[in-house]
Amino acid sequence: MWRDTLLVAGKDLRIEARSRVALSQVAPFGIVALVLFAFALGPDRALMATGAPGLFWVAVLFCTVQAVQRSVSVESADGARDGLRLSGLDPAGLFLGKTVAVAAQLVVLEALLAVGVVLLYGARIDVPWLIVVSCVLGTVGLAATGTLYGALSAGLRVRETLLPFLLLPIVAPVLLAGTRIWQAAMAGGTPADGTQWLRLLVIFDAVYVALGVVVYGPIQETA
Amino acid sequence: MAPATPSSSAISLHDAVALSGRFPLLTGVDLEVAAGESVLVEGPNGAGKTSLLRVCAGLVSLASGRVAVLGLDPVRRRAQLRRRVGLLSHASHLYDDLTVRENVRFAVRAAGAGTHRIDPACERLGLTGRLLKTPASKLSAGQRRRVALSVLVARWPELWMLDEPHAGLDASARTILDELIGEATAGGVTVLIASHESALVEPLVTRAVTVTGGRVTAERRTGASRAPLGRQAATASGPTPTEASGGPGGAPGAAPRVDGEVAHVA
Repeated sequence: MWRDTLLVAGKDLRIEARSRVALSQVAPFGIVALVLFAFALGPDRALMATGAPGLFWVAVLFCTVQAVQRSVSVESADGARDGLRLSGLDPAGLFLGKTVAVAAQLVVLEALLAVGVVLLYGARIDVPWLIVVSCVLGTVGLAATGTLYGALSAGLRVRETLLPFLLLPIVAPVLLAGTRIWQAAMAGGTPADGTQWLRLLVIFDAVYVALGVVVYGPIQETA
Repeated sequence: MAPATPSSSAISLHDAVALSGRFPLLTGVDLEVAAGESVLVEGPNGAGKTSLLRVCAGLVSLASGRVAVLGLDPVRRRAQLRRRVGLLSHASHLYDDLTVRENVRFAVRAAGAGTHRIDPACERLGLTGRLLKTPASKLSAGQRRRVALSVLVARWPELWMLDEPHAGLDASARTILDELIGEATAGGVTVLIASHESALVEPLVTRAVTVTGGRVTAERRTGASRAPLGRQAATASGPTPTEASGGPGGAPGAAPRVDGEVAHVA
């Protein structure tokens, strides 16, 4: 399984390195979303700093949808999905490999968006480790659910519109917990409150990674 | 669950019915293909040739009936089966952003096969020099087909299922393909070819079955069944299926034997 995980993750990251879709399209999309949020909130810096945690995670969710769409579309061209099925790859390894590749892209995107939030909204972070841990855990959850629901929608002609509809409600706990943790880690927050929400992220990650490992194979064969 | 088939049977379908939604793909196929045999599946467009191959590869489940491929149920035992079979389909299964070599390497490694045969396979299919470093997006349809074929050759599975294998290939590639099929069958590989270009394929196979309306409606011997098998074996240069897959199915280097007009592998 681990060999297949590395093989698939390596393949997807190599494709991303060649096409640079995440950096040239998804990242600018996320930054534009942050700028538009700033326009919507107006010139009040205090208001922007207060709303920064939630807006960061909303932008991350939008980027997640884009990254997962790309991950699915790579397998849709030229019957590549059938090629993967026929190869005999371990479905759990396939799921984990695609999750790792999406997560790696999200980590880079989140770093860019975090810098954007600090610069655009004037957000001040007092407990950086809490931010880092929340981003890592949130990324795992988003990548796992995205890969799972991406596979569910993969065989459908309406997958581009169906995927956000399926995915966004499911990842609401990540948005909620991530926002609360960021609020706790920012100036004036209570770090102890953040650690409570970290538990929710850990449980969310464990559930969806385990679910993906178990059901990705059957989904792949029937989608 | 399909019963275990005799070891000499590579493909066994009994009253196989497959559906796509409510649309019938196969309407009761009965077919036996012996190990080491090469069979042409012919028929008009939409007859069910591709569906038959997809059922054998485990990509399509049966609604009723039984199927066993290399003695395994293609759906329940798909993990064990898929690394022992190769399907050359209409699609090439290539990633546009990867180079030719990267595509072949990924497909071969994904199938669990050794990578030492990648370079010879690519060379055999004329994929050399700068072409190996060319992204698949820059390839012509025929070149994409050659890449897909090189994956099959590098893997050298026990069962080759070729769907319209000559489509999109130029004359030289068709010659190479014919040679490869000859070497595979001579080396004990079972080959199932779906094609409506019967004249091209008949010299390569020992039997032809006609599929019409999702079922086998006719069967006949072909020219290759009358050719001495020993002469074919003498031209073989590919590995035996067992050598290639490392799996069960016969002793390494097992020579095909002739039983009537059908070739079997010990």
